[in-house]
Amino acid sequence: MIGVSYSIGAVLVFVTAALLILVGAVGVLAVRNPVHAAMSLIMTLFGVAVAFVAQSADFLAAVQVIVYAGAIVVLFLFVIMFLGVDRREGVRVEPLVGQRALAGLGVGLTVAGLIVLLARSHWVSGAMSVSTNGAPLATGSGNVAQLGTAVFTTYLYAFEATAALLVIAVVGAIVLARRERALDEEAA
Amino acid sequence: MNVPAAWYLVLAAVLFGIGAFGLLTRRSALIMFMCLELMLNAVNLTFVSFSRTLSDVAGQVSVFFVMVVAAAEVTVGLGIVVAIFRRRRTTSVDELSEMKG
Repeated sequence: MIGVSYSIGAVLVFVTAALLILVGAVGVLAVRNPVHAAMSLIMTLFGVAVAFVAQSADFLAAVQVIVYAGAIVVLFLFVIMFLGVDRREGVRVEPLVGQRALAGLGVGLTVAGLIVLLARSHWVSGAMSVSTNGAPLATGSGNVAQLGTAVFTTYLYAFEATAALLVIAVVGAIVLARRERALDEEAA
Repeated sequence: MNVPAAWYLVLAAVLFGIGAFGLLTRRSALIMFMCLELMLNAVNLTFVSFSRTLSDVAGQVSVFFVMVVAAAEVTVGLGIVVAIFRRRRTTSVDELSEMKG
């Protein structure tokens, strides 16, 4: 791997994506105001979208921006403002003694283990595609066609199941968040 | 030539670690949900990297389904946060200790 030169553009795209992702992720952890955390989350999500485009997942990058940065973060912001919890959480206090140190240790070990695993394993790569009949991964509009073909043929049942899942989730959210009318009248 | 997928895999591992650390240490339920999203995105990034390495669109289909499940999870999760906030006037998980033995 050493000695191979990568195109300057690809390296630049990777560095941009990595910076967006890591700065945003650290921001989610470090800031105390939940609204700022949601803004940092958007930054990370955009970084992931950049990484998706760089790896020829164009459709997923678009969905990432629309669904994650659009819908999910807006939902977060809506709940933050609806509840009025945009006051600060004391990040300095540590109610459980040693919680942070233990969490840091566990996470550090996990990440180190993942990277060691990555460095020591060998993967088969090349034209191994099963779901596209051996065709290489397409980019641009070809990516949408490939993904659509896979979703509506091989993964059709899973796709239909997600439709049911979404309906159940929406009904569940309404039931959970609905104000009980009887309780309201009692209180009034 | 594009950068090797291993670079993106390391980036995803670090992102997963940051998300896990936040989930373990922060106490606001909303921030914990955001950290969960970070971890899900790290896994999505891994899926896409392997999809490129193996030149197989199945990894991208998995990411598609992960996104759908994540959207459903956030909807229900935030519904629960709203319901808890109505009862207890807080979103801090430290103060939700009714089920403590």
